[in-house]
Amino acid sequence: MPILHLLLEHSVDNGALRNMDAIFLQFLNGLDKGGAYALIALGLTLVFGTLGVVNFAHGALFMLGAFCAVTFNKLLSLELVVLDETKTTAWGTALEVRTAYIENWFGDFGTTILDYSVPISIIVAIPVMLLIGIAMERGLIKYFYKRPHADQILVTFGMAIVIQEIIKHYFGANPIPQSAPDIVSGSANIGLWLGLGDNVVYPWWRLVYFAFSAFIIAAVFAFLQFTTYGMVVRAGMRDSETVGLLGINIEKRFTVVFGLAAVVAGLAGVMYTPILPPDYHMGMDFLVLSFVVVVVGGMGSLPGAVLAGFMLGILQSFASMNEITSLFPGIDQIIIYLVAVVILLTMPRGLLGREGVMEE
Amino acid sequence: MKQLLSKEPFALLLFSAVILTMPIWLAPLGANYPDLLQKFAIYAIFAMGFNILFGLTGYLSFGHAAFLGVGSYAAVWSFKLFTMNVLPAVLFGTAFAGGVALLIGFVCLRRSGIYFSILTLAFAQMFYNLAYSVMTPITNGETGLQLTLQDPRIIDRALAPAGQGLPSTELFGLSMSGYSGFYFCATMLIICFFISRRIFKSPFGLTLLGIKSNQTRMNYTGFNTRPYTLTAFVISGMFAGLAGSLLAVTDPLAGAERMQWTASGEVVLMTILGGVGTLIGPMLGAWIIKYFENIFSSFNDDALQQVYSFLPEGLRNMAVDLSSLFVGEGWHLTLGVLFMLIVIFLPGGLMEGWRRIVRRFRGGGGGEGESAPAATAQPAE
Repeated sequence: MPILHLLLEHSVDNGALRNMDAIFLQFLNGLDKGGAYALIALGLTLVFGTLGVVNFAHGALFMLGAFCAVTFNKLLSLELVVLDETKTTAWGTALEVRTAYIENWFGDFGTTILDYSVPISIIVAIPVMLLIGIAMERGLIKYFYKRPHADQILVTFGMAIVIQEIIKHYFGANPIPQSAPDIVSGSANIGLWLGLGDNVVYPWWRLVYFAFSAFIIAAVFAFLQFTTYGMVVRAGMRDSETVGLLGINIEKRFTVVFGLAAVVAGLAGVMYTPILPPDYHMGMDFLVLSFVVVVVGGMGSLPGAVLAGFMLGILQSFASMNEITSLFPGIDQIIIYLVAVVILLTMPRGLLGREGVMEE
Repeated sequence: MKQLLSKEPFALLLFSAVILTMPIWLAPLGANYPDLLQKFAIYAIFAMGFNILFGLTGYLSFGHAAFLGVGSYAAVWSFKLFTMNVLPAVLFGTAFAGGVALLIGFVCLRRSGIYFSILTLAFAQMFYNLAYSVMTPITNGETGLQLTLQDPRIIDRALAPAGQGLPSTELFGLSMSGYSGFYFCATMLIICFFISRRIFKSPFGLTLLGIKSNQTRMNYTGFNTRPYTLTAFVISGMFAGLAGSLLAVTDPLAGAERMQWTASGEVVLMTILGGVGTLIGPMLGAWIIKYFENIFSSFNDDALQQVYSFLPEGLRNMAVDLSSLFVGEGWHLTLGVLFMLIVIFLPGGLMEGWRRIVRRFRGGGGGEGESAPAATAQPAE
């Protein structure tokens, strides 16, 4: 990562930043955003590698995941309204007491469930996203394997608009904040653990998100690497025709892979809700950056997607440091695109791209 | 008729006549007011330019709105700095967008296919970010760039003392609002039609078509394709810049939202709706979309209640609920659905549908009233 070094040295030489803590903090900051990029890019690459389709609706899947969490939370917090006759308001009317049904039913346990609504909605999101993914592949994308790439892009793009507008219609245009469980709502004093001093504190939830994304990435790789099913899928990515000739129904497996990619994107969305209040266009915002991640990492390369995801996330967070933005105002908004251009001009295949992928 | 049409002067004359009489023949549709007519002309130019790239070379750019925005900003700056005359503004907008297109094209055209689409999308998003926040001194960020009383307007001030209030755009004294604005845009559209017709018929255009059908083979025959695609990209960017500066001419302000990816998607939709690679298809697509946008987005629940007033109460509410998804704020949903339907069932767009209908009549195989099935004859396999 030569550019990263350059940025670092530059800021240190400048004397504006002598503080290793700040650098470490920015590094951490990049990890959770990078995690989201990596998860979305991983799904995109999976779909592209197996089905050969660039899915412009993948960002919408990320957004749908986030709204799974929102819906689940809304369902949980349905309230029972009772008038408490013993207490009165300033106007002398009976006081309204609102309690969530779930608290009424389960008492303290209900409160805990409500508190943990974001992590719990993972359980809901997995089957929902799997279904949506499989339905999308069987219902629409299946018909586009033999069509030109331009058609694939266009139809998934239309799909993304449709999903986005439906969400907007039902949930409104404003972001809907979600809260992380109380136990991880504060900040972790990482500085103390690592002996860096007291002022390196970092929100717990972002650490959780990083750990979560690392876990999911590891799980996907383990699935592909260590199971027979994954082995067949990998073989299919190399040469689906031969695998088909061996008597394996590779299309069915690819459908499952599409569902898996949808789940990965959905889970990334679910867990991201406490960090960024979800709104209907968050998917497209992330999709554009994830595309850049995929291109930088090398089209069709899974490790490349993960590596580039984290790298660009960290880079973006370094670029948003005060010391850097005072030198180059607004650099944090465009750094990723600039890096993408430089990488593409020097290494047209991306960081880890293989020869012969997506080359006419 | 067909032979006559292929003769250039006649084709141009006919086209000009159709465009210039638009206020008359659009009257029954209720679309003959200047605001909408100007949009018709401007977006027709935009789509026509996009078609030169996508229709001829097959490179699907997802970032064309960036050029539209750049053209708008350049035109407004020309109004602010030099003069309210629209000619310099249009020239600036077009040239500036051409320069930006050269820059972007040089980088993006190194890759083709999906890579190219993604790269142009990324660039457009970068320009949107630049305009929205980073370059606020130049673009006035979120508010958008507007004329102010303190603008220098060097040339205008040198010729006459500044008047009261904000000046309006003019062409040597002729105000550019209302119908005169439309006729200016229409003239530009006719010129653009002429240029794009020439490109379609030229050896250059044929080369581009060759690149679309098989770039590798073109390379083997000794063509260096890069300069050709780059030229097409720049021309197409200049068309978009012209459209953008015309938007500023009819209403002198420029905002970043013009560069958003939805705007890029809209021009793609216009082009494929009308018919990719055809001369007038994209223009038709632009008209249809702008016309229905105008109608659909003005609907609200009350208007819908009136439309469905013939239905019984319960049924009416259901119908209103269902259609309110698609109108007013939900116009984009209609756009998305239309997008999918066209790509799935009619990839050749309306022009393709028209050709199929004509073929059916000529062939005599299908009877009358078969036009609707003809449009959906190609399933999505």
